[in-house]
Amino acid sequence: MTATSLQFKQTSEINNLARLGAERLTLKHGKASIIENLDVSLPEGKVTAIVGPNGCGKSTVLNGLSRVHSPSSGVVLLDGKDIHSLPSKEVARRLALLPQDTLAPDGITIEELIRFGRHPHQSLLKQWAMDDQQAINYALNAADLEGLKDRLLDTLSGGQRQRAWIAMSIAQETPLLLLDEPTSALDLGHQIEVFELIRNLSRQGKTLAMVVHDLPSACRYSDHIIAMKKGEIITQGSPKEVMTKELVRELYGVECDLIPDPMTGSPILINMKRVRS
Amino acid sequence: MISWFYIAPAQRPLFSVFVSALFVLALCCFCSLLFGAGGLSLQASFQTLLGNGSADAQFTVFHLRANRTLVGLFVGLTLGIAGALMQAVARNPLAEPGLLGVSAGSSFAVAITLVLGASTATLTVGVAQFGALLGCLCVLSVARMQGQQNDPIRLVLAGAALSSLLLAVTSLLLLFDQRAADEIRFWITGSVAGRDTNTLFSVLPSMLIAIICILYTAKPLASLALGERVAIGLGHKPQRVRAVVIVAVALLVGGATAIAGPVAFIGLVVPFAARALVGPDIRRTLWLCLPLGPIIVISADVVSRLVAQPAEMPLGVLTAIIGAPVLLLIVRSRRMPTL
Repeated sequence: MTATSLQFKQTSEINNLARLGAERLTLKHGKASIIENLDVSLPEGKVTAIVGPNGCGKSTVLNGLSRVHSPSSGVVLLDGKDIHSLPSKEVARRLALLPQDTLAPDGITIEELIRFGRHPHQSLLKQWAMDDQQAINYALNAADLEGLKDRLLDTLSGGQRQRAWIAMSIAQETPLLLLDEPTSALDLGHQIEVFELIRNLSRQGKTLAMVVHDLPSACRYSDHIIAMKKGEIITQGSPKEVMTKELVRELYGVECDLIPDPMTGSPILINMKRVRS
Repeated sequence: MISWFYIAPAQRPLFSVFVSALFVLALCCFCSLLFGAGGLSLQASFQTLLGNGSADAQFTVFHLRANRTLVGLFVGLTLGIAGALMQAVARNPLAEPGLLGVSAGSSFAVAITLVLGASTATLTVGVAQFGALLGCLCVLSVARMQGQQNDPIRLVLAGAALSSLLLAVTSLLLLFDQRAADEIRFWITGSVAGRDTNTLFSVLPSMLIAIICILYTAKPLASLALGERVAIGLGHKPQRVRAVVIVAVALLVGGATAIAGPVAFIGLVVPFAARALVGPDIRRTLWLCLPLGPIIVISADVVSRLVAQPAEMPLGVLTAIIGAPVLLLIVRSRRMPTL
């Protein structure tokens, strides 16, 4: 077997393995296209971080992949099928989404919130079953919320609240989970709390993708980085391959140096300066 | 029951609150049969209920009063539920069929058919429901024009404008047609007295459709309260859910208006009270609206018979007296409840 055919086999295997991806995807807001002809796929069983400056289309890609935003052209493929041709409930059993603009109704407890995650598994006839309660207990356990399940959502800390939302997606029992800026409004401690939960979920075999603003966290808590600018993917790959000074400069117009974290080896940005472009 | 006071509304046991409300409703119905503006004394009414009344007394209690109690029951049920649904769809605690021009759309449609030659007796419920649907679509689309921005007051303003426009055109239509004006004058001041209970039966099939709509949408509607995208992520279709709910609202409001005429504020007060008792989850709120709507309408009707004796105050006047302060209370509250 020659090297080329081996390489070919590997890439095609990767493509087969990717359960969620898009081909020649164009997404528009009104008449303005945000994303044009984008090819993207999420490596199976890994954490993918989508990074890039504000307005680069990161969240739009996530919305497109999760069928919230319908494509003007191109196709989003979930397990090889057009996601918009599948029944929405069926999609929700394979793909969970945690958007940024969640609303918490007054007086809802953690367990009640998590119960919503069971909707895709229920119907008018099958309202509540044993496996629903099992999935909820599992989600409570996975997000380390067992002691808090009867607490009201609005009495919790930001990190606990975000973990409760993630627990709702866990209860959905999907192999795929997409998160839009899951840590954006959280302080450092709560950010780490949420990132560690995400990493644990990935270890249990879930495929995750998240939009992240903080580059060091993206490097540290993801296996695959997709860097976007102006609706296009500039580069993608493992954090160590992808994260360079040049990339930081191109994405954000920031001059910096990168050093490896002495403990984990993941890149850290130092000596940052804004360059005028 | 006292201990409920200490529990957050959303955590109170739904079943016990519901059953207690049913008891209160039974009491209201009893009072409604007992009290009246007419010459029949309280004691005579009570004796009639026990079965020892004169023929006149029996007619008053078991026909006049029982009918208006029945109509009150129906109007309270439909408008309370419609209000709760509309508030959930518009995500706005001020959304109320009466204020938003849904009832006005309904009366407008009825007025047009009257002018075109129908009489109230032959009036079909469908016309009122169709008018309600148009009113509902109008006001929601106007309020939605400003993109995603959801300002509760804007919706009410749009509704107020639509209401006064429709009422003005209705008055104009009636100006040209004396016969229709005479027929409609009685009907257009919303009331549960002297209504034709036969109309109730013609409404029932469409109520069945409304119930099916509600069963189908209760759960997705509850998840919409978590955010549009969360609902999509859970496999629901917000657009379709909203459309089905709007149809249900139109059927309910149209049905109520066809029978009792436009009655404002019930759809505001009932869900407000239901949320105060069992919290904002629409599935819980709807259950509680079932007894609360009739409780409020029937007790308002009883009071309206008693305050201005020997005359009667129109029901609509009393519901406005209760409803307007509640509206102000919601608007004035520092933090408007998010739905």
